[in-house]
Amino acid sequence: MSADFARPVARSGLNKRPVFDPALVACPDCDLLQRLPEVPAGSTACCARCQARLWRHKTDSLNRTLALAVAAALLLVIANSVPMLGLSVAGRAASTTVLGGVLAMWDDGRQTVAMLVLFTAVIAPALEIACLLAVSLAVRRPPAPQWAGTLLRGYEVLREWSMIEIMLLGVLVALIKIAELATVIPGLAMFVLGTLVFLLAAMAATFDPRDAWARVAWAAGESLRQAPGLARAAEDKR
Amino acid sequence: MSAVPASARSLGLAGCEVCGLVSRLPPGKSAAHCPRCGERLHFRRRASVESCWALVIAALILYIPANLLPVLTTYTPLGVETDTILQGVVELWSPSSWPLAIIVFVASITIPLGKLIALAYLLITVQRGSIQSTVQRARLYRMVKFIGRWSMLDVFVDTFVVALVQLKPLMWVAAGPGVIFFAGVVVVTMIAVNCFDPRLIWDLPEKENDVRQRSPA
Repeated sequence: MSADFARPVARSGLNKRPVFDPALVACPDCDLLQRLPEVPAGSTACCARCQARLWRHKTDSLNRTLALAVAAALLLVIANSVPMLGLSVAGRAASTTVLGGVLAMWDDGRQTVAMLVLFTAVIAPALEIACLLAVSLAVRRPPAPQWAGTLLRGYEVLREWSMIEIMLLGVLVALIKIAELATVIPGLAMFVLGTLVFLLAAMAATFDPRDAWARVAWAAGESLRQAPGLARAAEDKR
Repeated sequence: MSAVPASARSLGLAGCEVCGLVSRLPPGKSAAHCPRCGERLHFRRRASVESCWALVIAALILYIPANLLPVLTTYTPLGVETDTILQGVVELWSPSSWPLAIIVFVASITIPLGKLIALAYLLITVQRGSIQSTVQRARLYRMVKFIGRWSMLDVFVDTFVVALVQLKPLMWVAAGPGVIFFAGVVVVTMIAVNCFDPRLIWDLPEKENDVRQRSPA
């Protein structure tokens, strides 16, 4: 490993053996250094200065996340394989799925927009669910391998770009826009997506990233986690 | 820990933006890798103000064609009709569907513009070294970050209207060039929000505080 790793902040334990201090946090929004209080399960610790949410202590986070992720994965498959909207006008009928919308945009010569819709409405939610599924399985036996950390990192990015709830609202607006031109029939996928929105919200709310990170193997090697003092000495020699 | 609130940076520590672990950066260096997750670790995001400004200006330029060019073109036996985003909102306004018209108006007009104004305000106050209303500015940043994604709404509306109304040669809808610019505005502003480092809001007030506390002694 390169020597470019920063050092975890050590706390001297009772047995004089330094272990890194997991309760120490720097607020991501204002950089105030503080010690996380022992909040009861279900409560939130907020930054003393800017009130940013620092930690929400979740009950049984891993099991519940796993259950919700499995359910969400199933619903996502159904939502993308059955028709979402149908319409009939003057004896002609048509229906579309989520992917149908993407294809129509693509054929219409708006490939960039088609890719954006595909990513935010299908790929990002699918990867988001897959990440949490894999992570909540992998961290069961700590220390979890480093790839669990990579997935956790990906999850944080994907969460912002997974926009199922916005798509559903968009479909609703589209439905009403078209209603003045033709008769629209909401398909099964609409209801599945409606349920999925709540499942995804519940999944994100039950997942406790602090808990998961605490179970992941360190990039700089386990030695640093166990005894930062020793690692520092070794580094100084070099 | 001392009674005076201190930022991690003033103590030579940095909190990882990915996993939250607080580490000590090697002396004399402003960047290293987090020992737990391997992410690049720094006191503040690099060139945060500059890149955020660049993206805000880019989004502002994209915002003009996004609102002037049509997003939907409807072909009916009665003729061809083009709609910009604002015209789409006006058309949606009816005794039964006006709540949706308000939602679309807020998502496609108010949020993108509000986001750009809010980011410009945050950038200017940080650059001028303002020490006032830090809590409010922090709250504003969090709101912008939370609400920004919703301006994608219009892109989804257009996609599914185009997908469904394809009854050629009777009646069909095509996407106009405005959609690309509008999607561009949404993506660029979302990246701009992520470029801005909210910790900058607190850096100067903290310094002032330090000076004030030290001077009487």
